[in-house]
Amino acid sequence: MSSNATATVVRTGAGSRFVIYTLLILFCLYYLLPLYVMVVNSLKPLSEIQAGGMMSLPEEWTVAPWASAWSTAQIGVEATGLKPFFWNSIVMVVPAVAISTVLGALNGYVLTKWRFRGDTIIFGLLLFGCFIPFQMVLIPMARMLGIVGLAGTVPGLIFVHLVYGIGFSTLYFRNYYQQFPTELVRAAMIDGAGFFTIFRRIMLPSSGPIAVVCVIWQFTNIWNDFLFGASFSDFDSQPMTVALNNLVQSSTGVKEYNVHFAGAIMAALPTLLVYIVAGRYFVRGLMAGSVKG
Amino acid sequence: MGFLDIKNATKSYGAVKVLHETDISIEEGEFLVLVGPSGCGKSTLLNMIAGLENITTGDIAIKGRSMNGVRPADRNIAMVFQSYALYPNMNVGQNIVFGLEMHGVPKPERDKAMKEVAELLQIEHLLDRKPGQLSGGQRQRVAMGRALVRDPDVFLFDEPLSNLDAKLRVDMRTEIKKLHQKLKTTIVYVTHDQIEALTLSTRIAVMYGGHVQQLGTPKEIYDNPANMFVAGFMGSPSMNLFPATIAVENGRAVARTKLVGGAEATLPFAEGRGFERHEGRDIVLGLRPEAITDRDGADRNSQSVHVVEAHVEVTEPAGSDTFVVTQMGGKEVTGRFRADVDVQAGQSFPFAINMDKAVVFDPETEARIS
Repeated sequence: MSSNATATVVRTGAGSRFVIYTLLILFCLYYLLPLYVMVVNSLKPLSEIQAGGMMSLPEEWTVAPWASAWSTAQIGVEATGLKPFFWNSIVMVVPAVAISTVLGALNGYVLTKWRFRGDTIIFGLLLFGCFIPFQMVLIPMARMLGIVGLAGTVPGLIFVHLVYGIGFSTLYFRNYYQQFPTELVRAAMIDGAGFFTIFRRIMLPSSGPIAVVCVIWQFTNIWNDFLFGASFSDFDSQPMTVALNNLVQSSTGVKEYNVHFAGAIMAALPTLLVYIVAGRYFVRGLMAGSVKG
Repeated sequence: MGFLDIKNATKSYGAVKVLHETDISIEEGEFLVLVGPSGCGKSTLLNMIAGLENITTGDIAIKGRSMNGVRPADRNIAMVFQSYALYPNMNVGQNIVFGLEMHGVPKPERDKAMKEVAELLQIEHLLDRKPGQLSGGQRQRVAMGRALVRDPDVFLFDEPLSNLDAKLRVDMRTEIKKLHQKLKTTIVYVTHDQIEALTLSTRIAVMYGGHVQQLGTPKEIYDNPANMFVAGFMGSPSMNLFPATIAVENGRAVARTKLVGGAEATLPFAEGRGFERHEGRDIVLGLRPEAITDRDGADRNSQSVHVVEAHVEVTEPAGSDTFVVTQMGGKEVTGRFRADVDVQAGQSFPFAINMDKAVVFDPETEARIS
């Protein structure tokens, strides 16, 4: 926070401040408890968990469950660990996020700076697309993917996420670009810049905050998606979430809770990482344009 | 045929006609100012010249080449925007040469042009800064630099000074005028400030309600306004407009109007203006404040200065002049007196009225009667 921001903070007395902090710390502990349980139990041998004491620290620290979850745990029929599925997810998420962000930016640019007859209807339809429940499109989408020959492939999954992602990314960029001065676009037109040059040279360099918001949002959603992953992937194109489910839900053998915990943390790490790296832009970007000046 | 020809140009948004048939033609090197209150269509017309707005009917030609359907980039124009519209992600130097870069000018030439323009506008020390680090006046200069560097056929200015504070505005105004005298380029300049219009232009188009009310030199517009709108809009304080009746006395046309207290003033027109044929007609008489003054301040070259004793309602000393308000024909009338004239509110005082400068309007149509 910049120093001048403190000037706008409402002053509170020491007593009320004590109450506020106590409450905040209590809530913080409460929310962090599940993470504590997961981390602690992923670092102890299975026997300690079976003996009870989920909350206690490990007597014997071990990273074996992590190694097992990553490379040797039984997923479905083969003992491959989560590793190949982790890569499936990466290969799916990165292009899906990148393409939907770029297309969203282009859409927002067109909908605000190159307005045409019926543009609000198009935008309305795109927005509507955001709020269609996933379950509704499963069967039509499966049919579509079958027709174009993308069923059960990573490109097929990318396509599905792209279709769902564009609505939100367009919404973000449209609202952001609405605040962007149109005179700049006009000046660039007179200077001789074309449609894409204006986009690349004038619009994109000023789009940092909203691009970060869009990337975080899309990354989190697509990485965490289970329904599309479970519906439209084959065994060798399954994303991390589906593989994790298969790991945890396996009905044979002993339930290796410590391995499950390690796997679940692994599945959550990338979104956590993205948020930590870019999170401070997230709130800033979401609030951008809400206050003038 | 002029350098910039606007022929029968109109602009409609759906059923709403925001610009009615407009004809303006100016020669190379002229400084045309489009002036009018907000919503009069002046910015729309400028954007049509720039190619940022389509023209609904009619034609706009620059150097004899019709611009209908020509992209803004291909019209060889440059524009300075009200908000300056500097690209925030580029530094000043990059801002200035962006247009040249887009037009495929090689880098060594771009750098040379940038240096020349920066020198001309005295912004060499700012070239590496981002627009966000500049003051309003500096941004204004950079925006002008960006236009100048292109060496266009026509410069378009869209209210370029309205975001500056009063002092800076006057300085920049002088600077724009100097620049025009030096470079002799054709300029079309939009403003709502009538003083800017009068000081800068070689030609003014006064616009109101989507119509060009009058097109003429600053002197024509000021001395012979075509109608009451132009008379009231141009000049500060604005022209006094008050009801009167034309009569003929000893074969000479006079205007009769009521003073405070019911007395009647008789103001003879200058000879040869031919108002005799309008005998008995009700008119609106227009007199600039400087045509109503104290006896010794009156224009010695005038043929028809007429002195009227009138009741002083308010005096407004403004330093260089004192504005004195009375009533004629039931309307407030402001006269511009010399600052050291001892005139008190509530008194009766001799007002010297220079009828050489009087203009006459029809109260119904508001058009000027000649």
